Amino acid sequence: MQPAHSNTVIEASKLGLTFQTSDGPVRALSDVDLSIGKGEFVSFIGPSGCGKTTFLRVIADLERPTSGSISINGMSPQQAREARAYGYVFQAAALFPWRTIENNVALPLEIMGISRDERKARIKRTLDLVNLSGFEKKYPWQLSGGMQQRASIARALAFDADLLLMDEPFGALDEIVRDHLNEQLLKLWGQTNKTICFVTHSIPEAVYLSTRIVVMSPRPGRVTDVIESTLPRERPLDIRESPEFLAIAARVRDGLRAGHSYDD
Amino acid sequence: MSALKISWQAALALVFCVIAAFTLPLAGAEGSNPFSLGTTFTIFALVGLAALISAMRVTDALAAVILFVGAHGAAWLLLAGIAGNEGAARAPFFLLIAAAWLLAWRCVTVLSALRPKDRAVSTFLRLLIPTVFGAWILILWEAITRGAGIPFVLLPPPSSIGVRLVNSVPVLWADVNQTIFHSVIVGYIIGCGAGFATAILADRVPFLRRGLLPIGNMVSALPIIGVAPILVMWFGFDWHSKAAVVVIMTFFPMLVNTVAGLAASGHMERDLMRTYASGYWTTLLKLRLPAAAPFIFNALKINSTLALIGAIVAEFFGTPVVGMGFRISTEVGRMNIDMVWAEIAVAALAGSVFYGAIALVERAVTFWHPSVRGG
Amino acid sequence: MDRFRDKIIPVTTLLAGLVVLWYVFAVIMNAPVQRDMDRRAGEDPRFSEFIGKTLAQAKPTLPAPHQVATNFFENTFTRKITSNRSLVYHAWVTLSSTLLGFAFGTVLGILIAVGIVHFIALDRSLMPWIIASQTIPILAIAPMVVVVFAAIGVTGLLPKALISTYLSFFPVAVGMVKGLRSPEILYLDLMHTYNASASQTFWKLRVPASVPYLFASMKVAVAASLVGAIVAELPTGAVAGIGAKLLAGAYYSQTIDIWSALVAGSVVAVLLVTLVGVAGRIVERSMGGRPA
Repeated sequence: MQPAHSNTVIEASKLGLTFQTSDGPVRALSDVDLSIGKGEFVSFIGPSGCGKTTFLRVIADLERPTSGSISINGMSPQQAREARAYGYVFQAAALFPWRTIENNVALPLEIMGISRDERKARIKRTLDLVNLSGFEKKYPWQLSGGMQQRASIARALAFDADLLLMDEPFGALDEIVRDHLNEQLLKLWGQTNKTICFVTHSIPEAVYLSTRIVVMSPRPGRVTDVIESTLPRERPLDIRESPEFLAIAARVRDGLRAGHSYDD
Repeated sequence: MSALKISWQAALALVFCVIAAFTLPLAGAEGSNPFSLGTTFTIFALVGLAALISAMRVTDALAAVILFVGAHGAAWLLLAGIAGNEGAARAPFFLLIAAAWLLAWRCVTVLSALRPKDRAVSTFLRLLIPTVFGAWILILWEAITRGAGIPFVLLPPPSSIGVRLVNSVPVLWADVNQTIFHSVIVGYIIGCGAGFATAILADRVPFLRRGLLPIGNMVSALPIIGVAPILVMWFGFDWHSKAAVVVIMTFFPMLVNTVAGLAASGHMERDLMRTYASGYWTTLLKLRLPAAAPFIFNALKINSTLALIGAIVAEFFGTPVVGMGFRISTEVGRMNIDMVWAEIAVAALAGSVFYGAIALVERAVTFWHPSVRGG
Repeated sequence: MDRFRDKIIPVTTLLAGLVVLWYVFAVIMNAPVQRDMDRRAGEDPRFSEFIGKTLAQAKPTLPAPHQVATNFFENTFTRKITSNRSLVYHAWVTLSSTLLGFAFGTVLGILIAVGIVHFIALDRSLMPWIIASQTIPILAIAPMVVVVFAAIGVTGLLPKALISTYLSFFPVAVGMVKGLRSPEILYLDLMHTYNASASQTFWKLRVPASVPYLFASMKVAVAASLVGAIVAELPTGAVAGIGAKLLAGAYYSQTIDIWSALVAGSVVAVLLVTLVGVAGRIVERSMGGRPA
């Protein structure tokens, strides 16, 4: 399959996924049409069960769609995974407790068979990028929750995939740490020019980070609204008090409410 | 894609069949072959057809049924033929048994991969698969001991152990009565009861708990069974001394587990009980004992096995002329190995029933626990 | 300091209490025999003299702690270790088959666990039997194994080691299956996103995750292995080993010998379990385990 235009990274059309459970089939995704361009920062927002995480897992080839099609850089999800086309950041840091921070970052590099010297250079570069220099020899349990999540982002960045898939990476952190990490993530995105798909259930987080916000709703999981952000790329934290920001946030909230009225 | 998709087990089984066909007869010297031409042919047909049909494009369930029938039919004919002709088997006999075994292996592999929607079917499969495995241990055991003519005193075939078991029911029952219904049950009740009472006492007296817990943990690693000769001297040859061994063996696991269980209830729940101004015994009864139940049942299950071991091994040091341990040690001395195996089969059965009974009570009492809910 | 107050003081106090209790029981249990002996000898000792005599019998019903200690000390430190009266010699005989069996059992247990984790057919057919066999008094087959092996001319270390193997392989297999399956789905998903091969997932994720489970089950296995070796020495009238020493003591009513053999067995058990525990802690520490 050919991408719609050369800048498209993810192209989904009529994508659907139905889980067979003991209580009968559950439609986690239904008729999702979406195309994500290179360098975009796209947030997926919606109540639990709306399929936002499932969509991310389909991109990552962790779930197989049951209908429709999806391509990543013109490849199927499986080919993309085999080509190591993306880095995935989970809700929890999922660092291996028996490895130091640097060895955790080295894990994907070892699996991909990258030489020891090259590994060293990349670990240094990515740990610098997430401001964790000096913690190379620490074990995960010696770091705070926010630092652990930063290390897991470094791990996803280490092998230089152009696409970063993030599944509520800051969901378990408190708001102060989360603000800080959001700011850092934006800076990192500016430096690396990666395409980022970001799942969240926080409206301010979605609006603050994204160039585009995809609003989803449950039963069946589907896209109800796609909002283009009018905010500039350069975003200080206090942009969140600007009328523009509040207007976008209001639109997201309206979209979520509209989706919700469905099942009540 | 070709029409044939043969598994390596079926392919190897066919190869064995071909080699066997060229090296006939199955057993015995010329003229005294216990396998008639018809039987031999049927065995080849069963193995060969099952292997071939399973390689064709049939559904997995059908393939499993065909493999099951082929493997077990062939094994049955082979075993029936060799009985009474011990040691007469020749290479093709073993090749065919191996071929049948490979088909059974293939059958289990196919069955394991099935994911039936129906719960009853999946429960049936969960029982059937290990049963086939267990049956093949017995079939191979039978085939090798009879086929190769292994001396009876070394390893009797399972069929003759079964015969011995059926013929010795009165003796075996007397042994069970002596060992299980006296030594084990009495010792188990006293040992677990004392362990539980001591744990409650240790819970009330923190100093005692801090002292007892490390000692209890250490004792669980010791070869306590060694006290058996001493207790036999003290309490005599009858079941009382064995019950005493069981008491000592079961006491410490119960103590350690109950103490751990009593510490298992959460702080929040305990604080909640405090806000109700509930006293020690009320809190114990309403919160801490239910929370400790999984630990206590764990000890009860560990102890069920330990109690049997303790009673049987203690009988090696002297008994009246009845009891499972006594029977094992004397029949070993007389080289009546089939009787020893029969007694071991009874001990295994008794152990499983004892354990199973406790597990059933546990499911009923701790239905709320994640390990029981399956969550 | 806290450790001293919370653990060492209570434990020592309790042990001291046990020793006192032991003396009291020794006097009470040995008194009838002593009274009988005195009557026959026509003696009428004073009370304190009588107490002293109950604690110094040659074949007491319950030997006093100091008698056991003296016997243990003499037979451990003053005898040549090649002498068959030396407890070190007997302990070594038992220990060697324990260790051999334990090593076999651990390797076998690990191999079977790896098989069970990787092949569903093995998991569905073998695993239920492994779990069920834990409910069976396996030790009962010890005498038969020893006698049958003796009948085909195999005696000494091997049959005993086999029983130890048998007893120690179950806990290791069960523990390792649990350990190899312990990584959460999240970690497996992570390896999946890296397109890691089965062997990479095995070596980089499953094996390190299983280490704590392995050592926990090895502690149980080594204790079971020792019990197996001791019981295996009972039926054949073996001439050496802690089990043989127990049996000989029972046969000749040498109660003090029985008790000191028991002490020797306990010392070996504690040493073995401690050794496995320390090895486990070293390995876990080197793997970045949080100090407990």
